Amino acid sequence: MSVQRTQALAPCFHCGLPVPPGTDYTTIIGGEQKSMCCPGCQAVAQTIVDGGLDGFYRHRDASATTMDSRISSEAHLADELALYDSEAIQAEFVRHTGDEQAEAMLVIEGITCAACVWLLEHHLSQQPGVSQFSVNMTNHRARLVWDPSQTKLSKLFGEVLRIGYKAHPFHPNREEQLLEQENKRAIRRLGVAGVGMMQVMMMAIALYAGALQDMEARFVEFIRWSSLILATPVVLYSARPFFLTAFRDLKTRQLSMDVPVSIAIGGAYLASVWATIMNTGEVYFDSVTMFTFFLLIGRYIEMQARHRTGKAGNALLDLLPASATLLEEGREKMVPATELKPGDVVLVRPGHTLPADGIILEGSSAVDESALTGEYLPISKNIDDPVVGGTINVEHPLKIRITDVGPNTRLSAIVGLLDRAHAEKPVTARIADRVARYFVLAVLITSATVAGSWYFISPEDAFWITLSVLVVTCPCALGLATPTALTAATGTLRQQGLLITRGHVLEGLASATHIIFDKTGTLTEGNLSIQQMQPARELNSINPYSIAAALEQASEHPIARAFHPYFQIPSVNTRVKVNAGVEGEVEGVRYRIGKPSYAAELYQGVTPDQPDHERQWLLLSDDQGPLAWFALDDQIRKDAAFTLNVLKRLGLKVGMLTGDDSSAAARVADELGIETVKQGVSPDQKLAYINELQSNGASVIMVGDGINDIPVLAGARTSIAMGSATDLAKTSADAVLISSELERLALALMVARKTRMVIRENLSWALLYNLVALPLAAMGFIAPYMAAVGMSASSLIVVGNAMRLSRLPRIRRKLRE
Amino acid sequence: MEIIYLLIPIAIILVSVALWAFFWSVRQGQFDDLESPAHRILFEDDEQLIPDDARPAKDDKQDHKS
Repeated sequence: MSVQRTQALAPCFHCGLPVPPGTDYTTIIGGEQKSMCCPGCQAVAQTIVDGGLDGFYRHRDASATTMDSRISSEAHLADELALYDSEAIQAEFVRHTGDEQAEAMLVIEGITCAACVWLLEHHLSQQPGVSQFSVNMTNHRARLVWDPSQTKLSKLFGEVLRIGYKAHPFHPNREEQLLEQENKRAIRRLGVAGVGMMQVMMMAIALYAGALQDMEARFVEFIRWSSLILATPVVLYSARPFFLTAFRDLKTRQLSMDVPVSIAIGGAYLASVWATIMNTGEVYFDSVTMFTFFLLIGRYIEMQARHRTGKAGNALLDLLPASATLLEEGREKMVPATELKPGDVVLVRPGHTLPADGIILEGSSAVDESALTGEYLPISKNIDDPVVGGTINVEHPLKIRITDVGPNTRLSAIVGLLDRAHAEKPVTARIADRVARYFVLAVLITSATVAGSWYFISPEDAFWITLSVLVVTCPCALGLATPTALTAATGTLRQQGLLITRGHVLEGLASATHIIFDKTGTLTEGNLSIQQMQPARELNSINPYSIAAALEQASEHPIARAFHPYFQIPSVNTRVKVNAGVEGEVEGVRYRIGKPSYAAELYQGVTPDQPDHERQWLLLSDDQGPLAWFALDDQIRKDAAFTLNVLKRLGLKVGMLTGDDSSAAARVADELGIETVKQGVSPDQKLAYINELQSNGASVIMVGDGINDIPVLAGARTSIAMGSATDLAKTSADAVLISSELERLALALMVARKTRMVIRENLSWALLYNLVALPLAAMGFIAPYMAAVGMSASSLIVVGNAMRLSRLPRIRRKLRE
Repeated sequence: MEIIYLLIPIAIILVSVALWAFFWSVRQGQFDDLESPAHRILFEDDEQLIPDDARPAKDDKQDHKS
């Protein structure tokens, strides 16, 4: 590529991964030579620069995703993409809008920051025939309008791929359309409440000032009528969700927080309307609108977080391929994977995903089943072995006879388990709802008593005194106590990399007694790396790492991938033997790497003993004898030990559940000091274990990442998915650890406990205020303006107290101790 | 003070116009993506619009982010 050597170990300019020493992939960007980690990244960077879009590298604030080297074999890809030109497939997501224009909705994979959106939009808009291409960063969807007579759709898909992203057709399902409608409705409600609140507040200031300066009664009356007009849409439209849930709760004989909220909004509004029409008493339109607006903000933020995780669209999209190679009378034919029937014979090339469950007819290969079992080492499969859709063929081409498709596949069975777990999940009553139950009863009983007593003392005052009791006890502070604290804590944790998507998470974290981790991908990095190299004899000129990397370069097996970073010199005549190793020539010498017995065959001598039996060792040999040993292992995450220590100190019982039944599980547990370990368990056994714990009164936090963890994530009281998890796992979890740093878990736990404390403080304050104000109002001592001031002051104190949660330093310091 | 009989109704009409515009923009999908527009304004993709004599000298272009 270029003569000049770039500095080794600098991160790849495109994707941020370390550049393997000795490799030399560079692209000139902005007049400077930048090093890349692989030909894939280089090709992408070159396309970006050639299109004059190198501004991308200046704008972005996150690294792009790594491009696999498959992009370089464009001819092969073109085949696969050509599928999208078929009418039958386009019918599902393309709409013809007349005058030679067609519109398609796509989902784009690999968007990491706003610069990606910019890059995609500019690159695609430069293509001939494209009249519009806009990308939505929140849900990663794109709208493409183009002229099919000028450009084929497959070419545009190819262009997206060329700049390092992946496009899929987007088929919105019913649920997603509902989500979108919900989102739009929530924004409209918030907007109406905000505008209404501001206008009513202006009127209120005029009224307050007027009260001090003796405004003429006719103006006061006019302003009150104007406030009434402005506040009405806020109450009738924006506050509707509160009324609806309150009504629903009352019908099922429950008292949730929405009941007092609705009584407050409805009561204060009706009283103000009455006062306006009768031209007596006081109006509270300002309090009503402000209260509604604040509550809606909290709900909106919560809803947005919930929608964020379900963004990629079809949940199974990641797992099953869009197309399959069907073998018909010896000829290959690309068909959509959804059109396969049991009995069809398909060809699956190495590196491709199996489209459905089946039995191997021809060939033997290793199959990566990590998506289902969490096990990262591929399992070798031979003729007549059953294979599962969604797993990846690693080494050799396989001919498979399909046995099950669609809802009968193993993958669908796991998804079915997910639904069951959701249904059985224990319902946790929120603390605010428990308080609300007593509060509402108390208020209603007191008001009735007050109304009754005053009816006998002086009937003409009874109505107004009862009203002032209701207004004074308006549960503004009580209603705001929990949501403001939750909103502040959720925002803080989001900045720290933990995205909370369901409301009960903070309470679940604060009251947790057990925390259970998955092993692979959660406590460990989830991929193999070389831990140690031990020379077996005096080394010659070439570094054993380089020889091993040269041999393993061609393979996509996870073991081989551990060597890829060391790739320097090429090998020739490379042959892979399934389940044994690789043989090849490097600079004229024949080498073998793999299982000790396989490597020993090359020099026809004794197989040496491996250095220890705890890890997996690979032997590298030439025809003279053994050369070097390599120890491979899945690395434990750097912050795992520290996090587990903090969690134990916080009083939690730490456990580990894993599908892995090798000695590796016990070693990880040993190293991290985990006492409760269940290994070799299937997804439904995991779920059963958690359910048993929970039925014994434990409150469990489950942390996991794989498809096999989905049922248990859905079943645990609080579940957290790692940021690297599959979309399906993320949507079934209650929170997502975006940064995948375990340390944030401990921080989240401390924030959650502090939140619980703040909520309790807030609730006590609100109750105290009501206890003091209520008797005074009941005796008729409180003037309406005093009630309004007291109400606002107590709300402000509650909000201010909640804001303390957005200050982290003190919690951080405690964590470090 | 009688002027408020005119001004307040005008204000209410303006508010309803603003709300109508807001509903319209929500329907148009302008609120679907609340993240990228905040960054978009910082992207310098207007280089071809800068006249030659107003361009900064080549050597003070050291703002590359790596």
